[in-house]
Amino acid sequence: MPEPILQTKGLEAFYGDFQALFGIDFEIHEGETIAIIGSNGAGKSTFLRSITGMLKTQGQDIQFLGKPVGGATAHSLVKQGLAMVPEGRKLFPSLTVEENLMIGAYGRSGSDWTLETIYDLFPILKERRHHGGTELSGGQQQMVAIGRGLMSNPKLLLCDEISLGLAPIIIKDIYEAVPKIKATGATMIVVEQDINQALAVADRVYCFQEGRVSLTGTPTTLTKDEISAAYFGLEAEGAQ
Amino acid sequence: MDWINAIVQGILLGGLYALFAAGLSLMFGVMRFVNIAHGDFIVMAAYGALLAVTFTGVHPLLSMIVVVPGLALMGYFGQRILLNRTLGDDILPPLLVTFGFSIIIQNVLLEVFSADSQKLQAGALETASIQIAEGLNIGLMPLLIFLSALGVIGGLQAFFYRTSLGRVLRATSDDQDTVRLMGADNAKIFGYATAIASAVVGIAGVYLAMRTNFDPSVGPARLLFAFEAVIIGGLGNLWGTLAGGIILGVAQTIGAQIDPGLQILAGHIAFLIVLVVKPQGLFPKMKG
Repeated sequence: MPEPILQTKGLEAFYGDFQALFGIDFEIHEGETIAIIGSNGAGKSTFLRSITGMLKTQGQDIQFLGKPVGGATAHSLVKQGLAMVPEGRKLFPSLTVEENLMIGAYGRSGSDWTLETIYDLFPILKERRHHGGTELSGGQQQMVAIGRGLMSNPKLLLCDEISLGLAPIIIKDIYEAVPKIKATGATMIVVEQDINQALAVADRVYCFQEGRVSLTGTPTTLTKDEISAAYFGLEAEGAQ
Repeated sequence: MDWINAIVQGILLGGLYALFAAGLSLMFGVMRFVNIAHGDFIVMAAYGALLAVTFTGVHPLLSMIVVVPGLALMGYFGQRILLNRTLGDDILPPLLVTFGFSIIIQNVLLEVFSADSQKLQAGALETASIQIAEGLNIGLMPLLIFLSALGVIGGLQAFFYRTSLGRVLRATSDDQDTVRLMGADNAKIFGYATAIASAVVGIAGVYLAMRTNFDPSVGPARLLFAFEAVIIGGLGNLWGTLAGGIILGVAQTIGAQIDPGLQILAGHIAFLIVLVVKPQGLFPKMKG
């Protein structure tokens, strides 16, 4: 098996005295799509914040593209090919849609994704490109956030809760883009609270619970009982 | 005609105030950073121009060739080495550090240059004027300063809206955390912002030195005018800052027209009125 594109061993994270992650072992290979599921406070977002360098990770065992990146800064990781679609989209309100996309290319390394290819993926954004970033509907804003992440030509794209707060029909629209993004050879980590959505797009699933990995497997081999046990912390019997 | 004259001179004076204010506005906009020593930096630039003119004998305008890049470099490294360390969730450290800077700069200038009032001689430029109508003359120097303010603010605006770095600076102003996920290094971005702001301070300092008498203690008053212009115009809007400078300038010259002793007070009163009526300023930040 080739080297994983990203790997963590025993990753821990703290907010002050509070420990949020207790030794996460994680790996993702090129071309894979992994879904991380888990309830609120399970540590999913903390995990993403750690591997993107938004949280300090000095001395931790994180490998990205075969290189140790524990303690690397967020901006240097973007240049190495890591992009994140943050929870809550976090578009820049004083920038237009097009400028929001262009700023994604600020730290870029290659040149696969361009404004044109993003507009092919989300045609509605081309019509709205001169609108303010936060004047669009929630779903369209999410498209901008995903496009902005892609503009840096990531080798690994992290999507944090991209369906949060959106209507089911819109979520469907957004997830229709995922296979197209995968088709370009992108590797993705998708953090989701919606288990069905996660199982539908993922090659492999990690379930987090209280800062630990409680279950891993492929969508086809995992049973509903296993998942609810790992998700809610209930024993299989107790779930019935 | 006296009143029209007062208004026209006030508008031109507003250009100088806008130059004082532009750097302050920019640093606050990008970093949420209030530089208490801003006025003292302007005075320092004025002394820089004085040195350049004294040693080389060039026309004061030409001293900008040295003063502006010099200030920009100082701004960049000052931000990277010192001021970045003060930035964080707490807004107090940057205030305290720049307040300290203000005292240090004033005292160093006092030690080196003494308390004597200085002024750069601009030669024929000082007295040249254009007659618009009977009893209404526009001095060439105030006009030059006003046009420079237009140029500086127009240039900054173009930079912010047409360049990649300008876009990142605007994004940083929106959300300092998320720009890191775009591959932007905050420490560097802040350095660039301060460098640009300091270059404007350099221009303002040279004009201050050419237009008025200055001594080491006049910085805080310039800071006050800059603050008032920024607040009147609305935070984060550079054209608003120009408008704020003009309103302040016109209020002062009209006050002076009523009674020479009223000049400064009239400016402060105009500022107070705006603060009471529209606390957000007249032209709050527009969307891109």
